[in-house]
Amino acid sequence: MNGKEQWEVGVVAKALEKHPERRAAFETSSGIPVERLYTPEDVVGSYEERLGYPGQYPFTRGIQPTMYRGRFWTMRQYAGFATAEESNKRYQYLLEQGQTGLSIAFDLPTQIGYDSDDPMAHGEVGKVGVAIDSLADMEILFQGIPLDKVSSSMTINAPAAVLLAFYIAAAEKQGVPASALKGTIQNDILKEYAARGTYIFPPAPSMRLITNTFAFCAQNVPKWNTISISGYHIREAGSTAAQEIAFTLADGIAYVEAALEAGMDVDDFAGRLSFFFNAHNNLLEEVAKYRAARRLWAKIMKERFHAKKDRSMMLRFHTQTGGSTLTAQQPDNNIVRVAIQTLAAVLGGTQSLHTNSRDEALALPTEDSVRIALRTQQIVAYESGVADTIDPLAGSYYVEHMTDQLQAAAEAYIAKIDEMGGAVKAVEQGYIQREIAESSYQYQRQVEAGQQIVVGVNKFTIEEPPVKGLMHIDSSVAANQIKKLQAMKAGRDNVLVSQRLEALRTAAQGTENLMPYILDCARVYCTEGEICGELRKVFGEYHPMEVL
Amino acid sequence: MSEKKIRVLIAKPGLDGHDRGAKVVARALRDAGFEVIYTGLRQTPEQIVAAAIAEDVDAVGLSLLSGAHNYLFPRVIELLREQGADDILVFGGGVIPEEDIPGLKKAGVAEIFTPGTPTSETVKFLRERCGDKQ
Amino acid sequence: MNRDWGALLTRARAGDKRAVARLISGVEEGGGTARTVLDQVWPQTGHARVFGITGPPGAGKSTLTDALTKCWRQAGLRVGILAVDPTSPFTGGAILGDRVRMGDLTLDEGVFIRSMGTRGRLGGLSPASSGAIHILDACGYDLILVETVGVGQSEVAVVETADVVLVLTVPGLGDDVQAIKAGILEIGDLFAVNKADRPGADRTANELRTMLTLGETEKRDLPVLLVSAAQNQGVAELCQAMEQRFSQLEGSGELARRRELRLRSELLTQIRDGMERRLLDPLLEGADFQQAMERFQARQGSPYQWAEEFVRHINMGGSG
Repeated sequence: MNGKEQWEVGVVAKALEKHPERRAAFETSSGIPVERLYTPEDVVGSYEERLGYPGQYPFTRGIQPTMYRGRFWTMRQYAGFATAEESNKRYQYLLEQGQTGLSIAFDLPTQIGYDSDDPMAHGEVGKVGVAIDSLADMEILFQGIPLDKVSSSMTINAPAAVLLAFYIAAAEKQGVPASALKGTIQNDILKEYAARGTYIFPPAPSMRLITNTFAFCAQNVPKWNTISISGYHIREAGSTAAQEIAFTLADGIAYVEAALEAGMDVDDFAGRLSFFFNAHNNLLEEVAKYRAARRLWAKIMKERFHAKKDRSMMLRFHTQTGGSTLTAQQPDNNIVRVAIQTLAAVLGGTQSLHTNSRDEALALPTEDSVRIALRTQQIVAYESGVADTIDPLAGSYYVEHMTDQLQAAAEAYIAKIDEMGGAVKAVEQGYIQREIAESSYQYQRQVEAGQQIVVGVNKFTIEEPPVKGLMHIDSSVAANQIKKLQAMKAGRDNVLVSQRLEALRTAAQGTENLMPYILDCARVYCTEGEICGELRKVFGEYHPMEVL
Repeated sequence: MSEKKIRVLIAKPGLDGHDRGAKVVARALRDAGFEVIYTGLRQTPEQIVAAAIAEDVDAVGLSLLSGAHNYLFPRVIELLREQGADDILVFGGGVIPEEDIPGLKKAGVAEIFTPGTPTSETVKFLRERCGDKQ
Repeated sequence: MNRDWGALLTRARAGDKRAVARLISGVEEGGGTARTVLDQVWPQTGHARVFGITGPPGAGKSTLTDALTKCWRQAGLRVGILAVDPTSPFTGGAILGDRVRMGDLTLDEGVFIRSMGTRGRLGGLSPASSGAIHILDACGYDLILVETVGVGQSEVAVVETADVVLVLTVPGLGDDVQAIKAGILEIGDLFAVNKADRPGADRTANELRTMLTLGETEKRDLPVLLVSAAQNQGVAELCQAMEQRFSQLEGSGELARRRELRLRSELLTQIRDGMERRLLDPLLEGADFQQAMERFQARQGSPYQWAEEFVRHINMGGSG
């Protein structure tokens, strides 16, 4: 009998007789069993192979040699609402408060390729983000913000190429060349089909637009992250941590394959791929999740795609704290949740972070709430000390074991998706949607059965008055935006507009890279709705395979 | 002799793609023995009302997280009324600030279930309001 | 509830969808209500062509139904759609999700879509399916498409309700042959392989043709078409093939034979139900039955002996 066994039959058994444990079995969100105690026996494999050193393959411990000792992660609060003018003010405020990068939230019509005056946009203009109809709005959005100095992350997917074109054209107006631009477009259509729902076109033309941006940026906007492959929304839709890794990396594999098929060399674009994960409350499982994802991606890039450059194998990622973990009840408790999630992201080695505001289960955040969220990051950075050494939880028997377990669980899912013919097929068959919906329903049932405690929701509840002072977007925003749009349309060269749109449509029918055509449209103030409208004519629209 | 089944349409009006809540509610209603008609994302109020009428449902559940509820929910009710179908109960859920609820109820929304509401409450509500309509 | 079903029917026939919907709910309710509704509706039926669409899960039945409907709408026909999804045997609940793929049709005045749960009935349809078909027929829908559940069981009930049955499949369902085998090859009047843009579509179609050649002689030359419903490719051809198939069956007298069989079976079902109610219900409530049960449970007398005993004593007298 080894020491652990002796301990279990000895003092543990005795203790259990007196006081049974809280539960018969413990497990993580991914259904991975959590044992009472982990020991060196739970950590397998050689240190050099499994963990190695920061900045070196397999990057388990981090992608940079010095990590946060050099520079903290980028504190990047996702923001945007109402009109370009109002959002511009919020960005100026956030930059003054010490934020180091911008993250643009667009309203739903913009995300789905409709102008503000489209009937489909009714009621949605400026609601969940800023309404951008054309280059004119983009110019206002970044007025007084030098685009060669700031990096901008844009949460835009189906029409990512169009918004990137607006951004490039706005920079040109500022006298900043495309080659100097830094930032990210989300550009991840597969998770839109699987989890987030803001798709426009069917998979094949969508993948073409994505590889078009890869190729265009490699040539013209070399510092731009051309995609942010997102597990965030997959988790928000209800997946487990293991599924978050698996479905995200499976999407990543699909993008790499698409780019290779389009004739690109893996090392020419892989370094510009970036990722985007969620941070939930199960602190140690989350830390293990980021480490497992990093190691697995490095392995995939090296072994499956034979990448040569280190940078091609590095999983660089942005993190956002989990929106679905926020409660509408006792909203101040959310500050604590966000702090734990911030720790998870930082201990997991994130490159940038958005922290949610306490009131986001109720409405868009107020300025006060956004400040607290940003301060949470700053406190972790400057006061907690966790950023002073690299990957400080490495070597924890539990964290290493969990890292291995999550990686194994994710690899099993990826093998299954490979069998189906890849992530595009898996989405078309509804497999990924079904898996997510199943996990989400299971979680809900656990909460309702009281097996999963959510403080303030199904335990420790109180009577509370409605929260006051929430942010409201009134309907005059839409009216003003529409007026502005119509004035812009009246003032532009409409002959040139039709010519450029015509050229785009012709190009879309062929196989050329569409980015230059879209950029030409953007420059002469074609609207997003017009550009996407031309593409809709050629590509058609995606009709989902709904799964329940 | 067959019992009267409660039929509910669960719809996502507007452009919001977050359907986690709608799907969870749909499943919970199914497990409670209801017939749930699910229409998927991006439904216009006109489409929702047409579907509700053809399916002869007892209730319509609208889920929305984008903040467009103050326009979209009342619009659905207005169209039901125009079609003489205002006996169909309309309830809602999603990210809806407490202060908007009185206005929505005044417009005719029977109940709003905010985040954190157990699905069992929605089931109970529908059983009470639709169960013995005959 | 006492509705004026006659007035409802008048409204329904004038194009009021709410009234059509109410009538269908009436037959779904079953019992006396269903009867009252059908009494009203019956004289107006017998005009529509009924097409059944069946096939394994994931074959794209709803997407194809959507595409076919658009095709027939262009020809000016009014189309009624019944989309059946499985009811959970445990909870009695169901999620009916076929409308998701028919969103464009929702606002078309000439289309009526109704989702139905199987409500305990085997065979891929709902117990009220035939009643609903009669209602749509009476309300002037020229074509009625019945889409079966597609849970991969033998969905043979569709034969008893449709004039022409289309069996749909797709390449890449694992073992293609197996996916089709489960009893639905025999019920098809024509076949289509959907998602023809996928690799293996031709192979699946050839396998189907081979299987048909091996089967009954009259099935040998049935059409097997390739279609890509989501891309709207081959849909017009399929529409035409379905109509042709209908005309063939009509010409050969097979359609009339089927319809007669169907009506006969519908009538027999009602007679059987009526006899059961009339004869069995009083028997079950009687004291004799209780006593017999006790002795039967004590292993006195076999089921056959008791049945004979009861049947002999049932009052077979006519009215009065």
